[in-house]
Amino acid sequence: MYIYDEFDQTLLDERVSEFRDQVKRRFAGELTEEEFRPLRLMNGAYLQLHAYMLRISIPYGTISSKQMRALAHVARHYDRGYGHFTTRQNIQFHWIKLEELPNAMADLARVGLHGMQTSGNCVRNISTDQWAGVARDEIEDPRLWAEILRQHLTLHPEFSFLPRKFKIGITGATHDRAAIRMHDIGLYMRRNEAGEVGFEVAVGGGLGRTPYLAQTIREFLPKRHLLSYIEAILRVYNQYGRRDNIWKARIKILVHDLGAEKFAREVEAEWAETKDEGLALEDKNIAEIAKRFVYPDYEILSDHPPELAGALKDAEFKTWYFNSVAPHRVSGYAIVTLSLKPEGKTGGDCTAEQMDAIADLADRYSFGEIRNGHEHNLCLPHVRQRDLPELWRKLEAIGVAIPNVNLITDIIACPGLDYCSLANARSIPIAMELTRRFRDLDLQRNIGRLHINVSGCINACGHHHIGHIGILGVEKQGEEFYQITLGGKADENARLGTLIGPAVPYEKCVDVIEDIVAAYIELRERPDEIFVDTVKRLGIQPFKDRVYATR
Amino acid sequence: MPLVRGGRIVADDYVRVADDAPIPEGVPVLIGAARLAADPAILDRKAPVGVIWPNNRKIEELESYLGRLASIALIFPTFRDGRAYSQARRLRGRYGFKGELRATGQVLRDQFLFMLRAGFDAFEVTKELDAEAFPEVIHRYTRFYQPSIDDRPVISRIRRMRDAQTQTMPTRKAS
Amino acid sequence: MTSPLDQKLRIEGPVVITANRLRDGAVIYRTRQGHWTTDLDAALIVTDAQEAAALLSAAAAEGVLVVGAYPAPVEIAADGRILPGNLRERIRSSGPTFDLPRVPADV
Repeated sequence: MYIYDEFDQTLLDERVSEFRDQVKRRFAGELTEEEFRPLRLMNGAYLQLHAYMLRISIPYGTISSKQMRALAHVARHYDRGYGHFTTRQNIQFHWIKLEELPNAMADLARVGLHGMQTSGNCVRNISTDQWAGVARDEIEDPRLWAEILRQHLTLHPEFSFLPRKFKIGITGATHDRAAIRMHDIGLYMRRNEAGEVGFEVAVGGGLGRTPYLAQTIREFLPKRHLLSYIEAILRVYNQYGRRDNIWKARIKILVHDLGAEKFAREVEAEWAETKDEGLALEDKNIAEIAKRFVYPDYEILSDHPPELAGALKDAEFKTWYFNSVAPHRVSGYAIVTLSLKPEGKTGGDCTAEQMDAIADLADRYSFGEIRNGHEHNLCLPHVRQRDLPELWRKLEAIGVAIPNVNLITDIIACPGLDYCSLANARSIPIAMELTRRFRDLDLQRNIGRLHINVSGCINACGHHHIGHIGILGVEKQGEEFYQITLGGKADENARLGTLIGPAVPYEKCVDVIEDIVAAYIELRERPDEIFVDTVKRLGIQPFKDRVYATR
Repeated sequence: MPLVRGGRIVADDYVRVADDAPIPEGVPVLIGAARLAADPAILDRKAPVGVIWPNNRKIEELESYLGRLASIALIFPTFRDGRAYSQARRLRGRYGFKGELRATGQVLRDQFLFMLRAGFDAFEVTKELDAEAFPEVIHRYTRFYQPSIDDRPVISRIRRMRDAQTQTMPTRKAS
Repeated sequence: MTSPLDQKLRIEGPVVITANRLRDGAVIYRTRQGHWTTDLDAALIVTDAQEAAALLSAAAAEGVLVVGAYPAPVEIAADGRILPGNLRERIRSSGPTFDLPRVPADV
């Protein structure tokens, strides 16, 4: 993970000091709310239904145990004892007071954490695969490039007042675990015919009112041109993105309106003029960042040590192992997912006590490193296989070893109307009821991999468009209704889900999901044909019939 | 609306002239884009001429005038509309414009540094208090991640210089 | 619910003037005396669009105290208590519709 030097730290401290001054001027009436709002948003501070929400950036989902303890401290001292890990690899605190925010930010800055550019019309947290650097199917660790981009795009003088938010995603793996095509710029690390590694560049993805998948505008971009090319895209967007209508202001609309080919030509024309203007990444530029990227000093170990083999005789451990542990690129190690999806609770929430405990476990078992994924789950990325049985017991003790990863109760849900001022309907209670209805683990395993995504409004922060089952809350005459889509996918074969019919009322929503799942179990070709493949094979009609036949 | 130039509040020597108004003699004037297009001979006058350029028109259109323009005023209709930053950088970078680059519209203190780094050197500041705070505000940040038109310290360059020094300097013995 | 801040001013039934407190974001209601309270029951009930508009203007001038004032629908219970008039206002008044993660008492 990246270690801050004194320059990274100074920038952060100066930022806190600037924000403290901005808050002071706001309270003194020297700044109106309209003038202040974008400033606080650029530090991650939203005004929500009940309080301010603070979104803290976890760059490319990588966090140290020391940083995790600082998050626990903020949860305790400035919030109500918990935080919420988000779908863009950040963390949110929902009960922050503006008057205390500069102090909270100062406490976080001490460990290199901040909310810079986690909101506002600027470049947001650059997200990647939570298994970056440790997955087996990776060409290269994308996080180095995410860090290079992060620095270049932080407080950028030209691109801090874009038409709208801007999200970049990058992966170095063949299997896309980071929903790359859902980003304004999606970068895939690729190897060309000469064996060089570079980037496939896709532009114009995004969910919300008009969901689009990003389209590739350049098949191969050499590494050295990463910054100049991204700047060219941003410059075209900054100048031509719409500023008259908030619903049409994302780059996806510009790409769609111009067409990908014309858009690509605009970018290439802009880039041709600027690519040699001093932003080329020489080896020395890359090395200066790379040398602060610390990798664990792995031991030489064998796969499947006796401690593991022995423990696998225990049925419960075995269930957890096959559900929550993934293979690591270094032999003798494993990637462990911590499920933050207990029955009847808000998925992705983590108490201060859990955060401290996870920090301790990271120190003991994972070289002090934790990852935050896109599914509101955490991950310990460098665990020795022989430590797995011991680690499992400790994870169980803090409630993060439920073997439901990728199963039906591993739900992604936005905060929804219970927290969010943009929402039209609640999403968390729907997710909670689903976790209760499907609590039985045998049933969950029988159902198999099934991603449910719940959003409380059209902004789609729950990513419902790309859920295997997508649930979108809407409001009709003061009542909550839910539209259901089937067959969405987030990976390299990304597609948007299909609406199955009219929205159903709140009380009926979970029943409808039960019917859909029951239909799937009857219709699947084999037990291991997963839900989304059955939908692909049969289309939505049989599910539609099942749901609406008696309603 | 106070003008900040050279880091402090100064009297604005430029006069804004409406498209249909006569150009006063012997004083620097700021004219609109339409007037410049209609009457480019204005640029031949001895006293300085500047143009107020909309933020939704290409800088390329100004290319032939750049050698004779003393000032270009770019526009921030609201401070959230960042198109003028791209225009400014293009003018200073691509075109090497050396005249005054003036920020107009909603110009607030929290954008001073962004504007300076994008190449602006004159500011029609919306609030008196902000103009007075200019000298202090521009020192909020001491170093920046990315290079730009200005010559403020860039973190990557500092890092490389420091690394080069630690490599070439001999270890000192305690004396 | 579409944010009331985006809707045209139209009073149908009793409303209260509500906002968020600037310093901590807490939900507040305007009282008869022109103060702001977190207790819905102490709020001034308004039934007239003109009065509401005047009160909103007054709130806008209090920008160092309150943010985003708007008229929120309420219901008057038989015993005279003021109740939130829709789900959004119920949530603003009483918090999320589920238990927050519990924290052990000894922390």
